[in-house]
Amino acid sequence: MANMCPYGRFTHAVVRGVPETFGKAAGDDCEKGETSVDLAKAQRQFGCLTGALRQKVGLQLIEIPADPELPESWRIEDVAVIQGDTALITRPFKQQRRGEVEAVRKVVSELNLTVVEMGDSGGATLEGCDVLFTGREFFVGISSHTNHRGAEVLADTFKDFAVSTVPVCGGARLRNICSMGGPQTIIISNSEGAKKTLRMMEQLTDHHYEVLTVPEDLAANCIYIKGPSKLDFLLHRPAEECPESVSAFQKLQDYTLLPTACSEASKLGGSLSSLCLLVNRKLTYF
Amino acid sequence: MTTESGADSEAKQPRENKETEKEKGKAKAAAAAAAAEPASPQNQPEQFPAAAGHSTPARKEQEQQEVDQVSHRSSISRLSRSPLKGVKKTKIMECKVALLDGSDFTLNLEKRARGHVLFDKICEHLNLLEKDYFGITCRDVENQKNWIDPGKELKKQIRTGPWNFAFNVKFYPPDPAQLTEDITRYYLCLQLRDDVVSGRLPCSFATHTVLGSYAVQSELGDYDPEELGSDYISELRFAPNQTKELEEKVMELHKTYKGMTPAEAEIHFLENAKKLSMYGVDLHHAKDSEGVEIMLGVCSSGLLIYRDRLRINRFAWPKILKISYKRNNFYIKIRPGEFEQFESTIGFKLPNHRAAKRLWKVCVEHHTFFRLVSPESQPKKFLSLGSKFRYSGRTQAQSRRASSMINRLAPLVERSSSKRYNMSLSLDGAPIAENHETPMKDSAAAGAAKILTKGDLITTVTTEKKAEEEKAEQEDAPTDAAETQEPTTPLRHDTKDTSPPEEMLKHQTNISELKRSFLETGESSPGLTEWEKRLSSSPAHSPRGDEAPMIEPLELQDTKDEPPASEETKEEVEPKTTKAAEYLVKYVGDSVATDLASSSGLHGISPSTTMDDDVFMDGTLREVDEVAEREEIKVSPGAVRQEVYQAISDKKGTLIILKEADDKVDAEGKETGAAGEEEEPALRGEAEGGENEAVMGVEIWSPKMEANGVTQIKGTDSPKKAMASWISEVVKTEATEVVGASTKASDAPQPGEEVQTEQSKSGPSQITPPESSTTSLAVSTLGWVPSSEKGPPEPEEKVVVATETEAAPAESTGPTGCDVVEVGTKEVPVVHTETKTITYESAEVETNGDVDPGVLLSAQTITSETTSTTTTTHITKTVKGGISETRIEKRIVITGDTDIDHDQALAQAIKEAKEQHPDMSVTKVVVHKETEITPEEGED
Repeated sequence: MANMCPYGRFTHAVVRGVPETFGKAAGDDCEKGETSVDLAKAQRQFGCLTGALRQKVGLQLIEIPADPELPESWRIEDVAVIQGDTALITRPFKQQRRGEVEAVRKVVSELNLTVVEMGDSGGATLEGCDVLFTGREFFVGISSHTNHRGAEVLADTFKDFAVSTVPVCGGARLRNICSMGGPQTIIISNSEGAKKTLRMMEQLTDHHYEVLTVPEDLAANCIYIKGPSKLDFLLHRPAEECPESVSAFQKLQDYTLLPTACSEASKLGGSLSSLCLLVNRKLTYF
Repeated sequence: MTTESGADSEAKQPRENKETEKEKGKAKAAAAAAAAEPASPQNQPEQFPAAAGHSTPARKEQEQQEVDQVSHRSSISRLSRSPLKGVKKTKIMECKVALLDGSDFTLNLEKRARGHVLFDKICEHLNLLEKDYFGITCRDVENQKNWIDPGKELKKQIRTGPWNFAFNVKFYPPDPAQLTEDITRYYLCLQLRDDVVSGRLPCSFATHTVLGSYAVQSELGDYDPEELGSDYISELRFAPNQTKELEEKVMELHKTYKGMTPAEAEIHFLENAKKLSMYGVDLHHAKDSEGVEIMLGVCSSGLLIYRDRLRINRFAWPKILKISYKRNNFYIKIRPGEFEQFESTIGFKLPNHRAAKRLWKVCVEHHTFFRLVSPESQPKKFLSLGSKFRYSGRTQAQSRRASSMINRLAPLVERSSSKRYNMSLSLDGAPIAENHETPMKDSAAAGAAKILTKGDLITTVTTEKKAEEEKAEQEDAPTDAAETQEPTTPLRHDTKDTSPPEEMLKHQTNISELKRSFLETGESSPGLTEWEKRLSSSPAHSPRGDEAPMIEPLELQDTKDEPPASEETKEEVEPKTTKAAEYLVKYVGDSVATDLASSSGLHGISPSTTMDDDVFMDGTLREVDEVAEREEIKVSPGAVRQEVYQAISDKKGTLIILKEADDKVDAEGKETGAAGEEEEPALRGEAEGGENEAVMGVEIWSPKMEANGVTQIKGTDSPKKAMASWISEVVKTEATEVVGASTKASDAPQPGEEVQTEQSKSGPSQITPPESSTTSLAVSTLGWVPSSEKGPPEPEEKVVVATETEAAPAESTGPTGCDVVEVGTKEVPVVHTETKTITYESAEVETNGDVDPGVLLSAQTITSETTSTTTTTHITKTVKGGISETRIEKRIVITGDTDIDHDQALAQAIKEAKEQHPDMSVTKVVVHKETEITPEEGED
């Protein structure tokens, strides 16, 4: 309705700096506790990303300072789902991450968003990286970190939209295998698991989407923004990280492609979109 | 309103009406003329005697009139003039319709008026031309909204209580901008506003704000603090929980719309509303096969499955092959997809039978409206059910075409204030005004409705039509019947389509299992996840153990179709006014059948006319597999069934089954209206006259081997006697006769003839059951002796059952009867009809000792009718062990009032059948008779 403009219009991006504890506590999560992450490189990559968002795309950037107490706080995408003028503050699966919401809550309130708390309603857990908003509807990947109850809360929060639950296979997160590549375009990985998910999405949706398949899982996570200048921007993993997928992106007509490295965050299971929350404060009604 | 008048008065009245019918026709014309001349409000047609005084007391008076024939008449004479006399007798009901703007529209209708009459009058009142998106609802005893079927009489659709209706949007256009007229959008907006405020259409705060603001602009015009006052906004409703904050935001937006016309505001409103995910979704509570609470949402694009607020599955119309319901179960059969080879059926449990039926109907209608180009000509309908319920209105495509030709100046839309105002609405005037108009419109409306069903444009209607309709109700009946015939055809499909299913499914399952083990990676194979289940079409899906419930329906599929059918039969009963008799005759003979079929002289309906075409095809193609499958697996479904069957027969002794069904059954039947659809038209015609409805089914079977005969005799003997005695007790002479006949049939090579003779004799002598009797009996005789049968009967039986059921769903075999009874008992307390079912089967079972069920060669259904009878002939050819066998099953429905001698008709029908198939023998006769007992007044 009111907020149902095509996907991709954003005015602000909220990010959170990479703390020096980067990779320390996150260990239990992904591949081994001791993945060798390069903090400096991670911070550099973070800088590139934010720079691209601000200078290339033209978003207003709000950066929440890094907090060493919260080693995973850079994955800001997880702690809030924002659509239109409403921000749902989520309840991350891991106890130690729940502190991350504080600062984010504060920022989104300052952005005049209506803040909805997921809270501990019925053991709901949900992380933003399991949520794909397409502009017309939500898909929630039921994963190790996001449960049905969490999805329900999301559905209650964003009543205008259909909220469909879809499977994600192999311990992945929904956003790790797919993302929006345009107002009607879904970029999705070519893996078996992703195909399954896609099939489910196709069955559940009332809408039509173009599907851009990329051979590498990592490449499926992109950031699409229709900037203030009405140009289509796509932040994607560079050729060094996803050599086989770059050609796929080049199929996108009239896009401004912004290869953005994300190798360090990636080692911890993050990706490009994990690093930012996108907000549209210029809602258009019609 | 619901006063029970004596059965007598009711019974008489119809006859009287008949007598006066011609006169009435003339009178009508006269009345119309009279009405036309003096256009004064006072000039009500005689039908609306009470209309002059609009106050409630007047209405009551009127109601009373209806109840009491005498008083009615007298009151009429008071009010009306001589030329109109003839018409007086029509009963008038007061209908109160809640309109979308919150007002009530009251009008008077003939009691026998069909839904479309009311609907057309409302639309006229509303000045609405694009009316296909709308419908009338009425609340049932459970306070559930049910859509009024335009083709059926209102009184049959209102169970109890006053005639209160609501006018609602039935099909939400996915793109309201495509509506032609502003006025249509206006009503759609009103509906949506109500949907929003009631919470049926959930939306976010922001959406409430926007929708609210447009609603305000539409209703009140530009923001003008001086005129509107500061608090104007609080008087309007925008949301279920309206807050001050919301109101303020609405006002803020409202201020920005200066200069926007109401029509524009409505367009904006709709543009926003249509994007809501629940826009136009009709939700139904249900449980999935595992008992999990879910919601089924029917919408323009298909069927949505929700768990809590989450969408967990969706079946677009193109994916759905078939929709059906059985008792409180609702099933969808899914087309095989890209990844799966087989169809799968998914079952849902609804709270009760009526809910299942309601959902089913809504699905049928939505599918037709949004998916099909035209309701009838489109052979690809995917529904093949016992019920002949169809959506008969225009489809969206047709509607659009029609409205594109609307050629009038945009009507002035009188936007009334919304509900909040409880103050003096000048609503009172409305109905009165309406009434004046009614006479004129009346005829037009009737005509229009007719046209409408045909999907044509609205054109001016000639008064003749109406006259015809009203005058010659009987004439109508045949016509209707003719129309209805098409629907009959689907039954045949069922046969083909249905018979395979049970085994089929299993087969599929097996295959898919195999397939899965081959194809699936080890990873996912062990446990199917919820997701896999959802991907209904995925091969993995079918093998699931938990699917059992889904399979179940298929096993029973024949049965499945039955229930609606049987209900249907009953439904006919409900009409109360009508009398219908169905006869089911089954023959089994050698390959002769084909000729017979053609010789039966009935006009055959080509398969293409049937709804289920594609499905049907599938069925045929698979036939072979199926059969093979059947052999292997037959044990399960068939066996169970068989057992039940036997158990029943055993229990009851030789005499077979004697079921006492209480009237409840009938009531239920009523409910199930859908099924009855087809017959109804026929019934309608007679509705006037007869109060009785008798349905008789005669099933005649001949085993191809005559050897059976001998065996049978033994069996038959005792039953015969028993029967006889029983019969005498029971009431029915006729029954006895029939039974006897069939018994003989089994003995004699050419038993059929004898049977006929007897029947014909007995026929005349038979007495139609008194209207007052309330018993319903289901009797089924099994020719074979229980003990002897064990081995052989199974396959045979199975086949038999299947065929029978499909072809003549209404007829109840032993088991069926039981089902019906059960259902009925549970559901409806009110009994109006008497139902009797008598089944007689010759002991042919032995013949079928061979396990081989045979290969189905062909199946055919032919329908024919005369004024009072409709005959459906179902011919199945199978090859078994090199011998071809032809079974003919005839279902004869005789409807009519007491004037018709049912027995004679039956006898005649059997005789004819016999003549048509001289070399066949009768194996089974099922007589199902329904008599209306309670006068219809009870309902009203």
